[in-house]
Amino acid sequence: MASPATHRPKPGNSFTRFIPSPPQPTTTTSSGGVKLGPNASAFISSGIPDLDKILGGGFMVGSLVMVMEDSEAPHHLLLLRNFMSQGLLHRHHLLFAGPTRDPRSFLGTLPGPSSSSSSSVEDAGRRSSSTPDQDEKGLRIAWQYRKYFGEKQSYESHHGKDINQDFCSEFDLRKPLERHLLSGQSIDCISLQDLPNLADLHDRCSTFLSGFPRTDAVGGDVGRIAIQSLCAPQCGYFNMDWDMLSFIRSLRGMLRSSNAVAVITFPSSILSPSVSKRWQHLADTLLSVRAVPDEDKDLAQLLTGYQDMIGLLRVHKVAQINTQVPVILEAMTYSLKLRRRRFLVLERLNQAPVDATGGGPYTSSGGCSRSSKSSPLDF
Amino acid sequence: MKVDDNSEKNLLEEVIGGGGGRVILVEDRVETSGSFVLHHLLKSSFSSDSPPSVVIFVALSRPFSHYHRISKKLGCNLLIQKENNRLFFLDMLKLQCPGDARNNDNNVLVELFGKIQNAVEISSSLEYNKGYINIMIDELSLLEITTHGSVDEILNFLHYCHTLTSGLGCSLVMLNHEDIYSDALDRRLLSQVEYLADVVIKAEPLATGLSADVHGQLTVWNKGNYGENRHSRNNVSNFHFKVKENGVDYFYPGSLA
Repeated sequence: MASPATHRPKPGNSFTRFIPSPPQPTTTTSSGGVKLGPNASAFISSGIPDLDKILGGGFMVGSLVMVMEDSEAPHHLLLLRNFMSQGLLHRHHLLFAGPTRDPRSFLGTLPGPSSSSSSSVEDAGRRSSSTPDQDEKGLRIAWQYRKYFGEKQSYESHHGKDINQDFCSEFDLRKPLERHLLSGQSIDCISLQDLPNLADLHDRCSTFLSGFPRTDAVGGDVGRIAIQSLCAPQCGYFNMDWDMLSFIRSLRGMLRSSNAVAVITFPSSILSPSVSKRWQHLADTLLSVRAVPDEDKDLAQLLTGYQDMIGLLRVHKVAQINTQVPVILEAMTYSLKLRRRRFLVLERLNQAPVDATGGGPYTSSGGCSRSSKSSPLDF
Repeated sequence: MKVDDNSEKNLLEEVIGGGGGRVILVEDRVETSGSFVLHHLLKSSFSSDSPPSVVIFVALSRPFSHYHRISKKLGCNLLIQKENNRLFFLDMLKLQCPGDARNNDNNVLVELFGKIQNAVEISSSLEYNKGYINIMIDELSLLEITTHGSVDEILNFLHYCHTLTSGLGCSLVMLNHEDIYSDALDRRLLSQVEYLADVVIKAEPLATGLSADVHGQLTVWNKGNYGENRHSRNNVSNFHFKVKENGVDYFYPGSLA
């Protein structure tokens, strides 16, 4: 037994021990792919740089993200894959539940990060024209608008919206994720077909989430739950509307007190309208995707860059945690594009100049298609 | 006309009026959350100029830290109110699991009502308490989910809560969603609760879409205004609002400076 006196560290010792301790996060970015936001919130990346920017930083830790699927196209899988890949890259723990027999095969379709980070930085600069130099160039003509750009930039940097390569990677959809990332980590895969009872799924989620209790200190493990097509017919949850709602409600309750984010995609069209509304109310962040038809001449006339679009993404609701102020976005509908067939990009819709002589169906609505209910852009 | 919410009554307070023993229903939609009305009512029950009242808060959707942070910015410390026995916070986030839901449906609501009744008895026995008791439910649709959509049980529960309002002068404030009752068959709960309510507050988005200056519109239907001799006989008021961290601006359409 050592005497208590020997346990006490020498003053010099405690001093040297204190110095090398890692600096506590005074900046907005901390390690492990978690970024601090306002109101004691924290964000993790959605895996799509543009989506992080739109949502004001990413998916809020402790929130439930729901994506309404389009029954015609699997665009929701793009969001889900990037979300999972980003998590694996940050060494976050992952729970994936899918409606297929073999959910592990879905992991093989996850995209890998783009290899040449320098080119992606250059691309990002070219795309969003966020570098001041480029703004200067563009502003030579409309110099009187310069002050607005300044405002916007200070706002964005104030809210920590600047894209950080460490926080969010750019994923190359044509490149599979490296094997060692898939095998080296704890990934729970569940087939929803194997769980005829939602109570089992609830238990799996609850044991998974119990590993990530919410602490005040930032850091520690982060969990990501991805559930694909929860109410799809092949899961066999027929006449279980209330069970599913109950599951989502208690999942949301558990997420509130854990260091995790859950993304659920669901085909809203097969739910009854009122049940679908209940699902939407349960979501903290609500997104929906829709495919654009290949040859819709009306749309092609209405939007510039229609040829490059693969779909539309709509932001219905952004998570409000620890605040009562709603997030008002500049636009709710964004176009999903694939840049060089590799990178997923979200852009504001640009309306083509209306042909005054044409007298088409949209000339009357002018530039406010967002508010007119009948527009094909609303969904 | 902008109303400074610190110095005088704002539009919402004016329209709702005061007094206990009432049922207030807040309805909202997916696009526009109505929870700020709840925060407002929560804060105003602790404000100094009204008689000291007790709040029993049934929280089904958010943890205490969420309400605490919001109220702090509104200028009211919930932790202190909790210590002073003026706030009974019933955290129902983890009310139950889906598996055993069918077996003890009844017990959940019976238990919850027991807790509420208990809190009411404690607070009405306190000597210094001369104000009202407010029971707040955030939110009713989640309670409905815990009973697997059994409208009768919810109505029973609300009936019991309502007896508290008439017997002991408690106020009952509920948040619910309007758009989940789009089917005519499902509407029973909403119409019954609307019938019970003395004040119905509807939060809706603007028809013209989102705007950064106007977050939505409130339609307040105060049934209690019928008998009184008020300056306007119209008991339905409609105004716009903008939610801020430290309060909410209410203004009539078109009057924003």
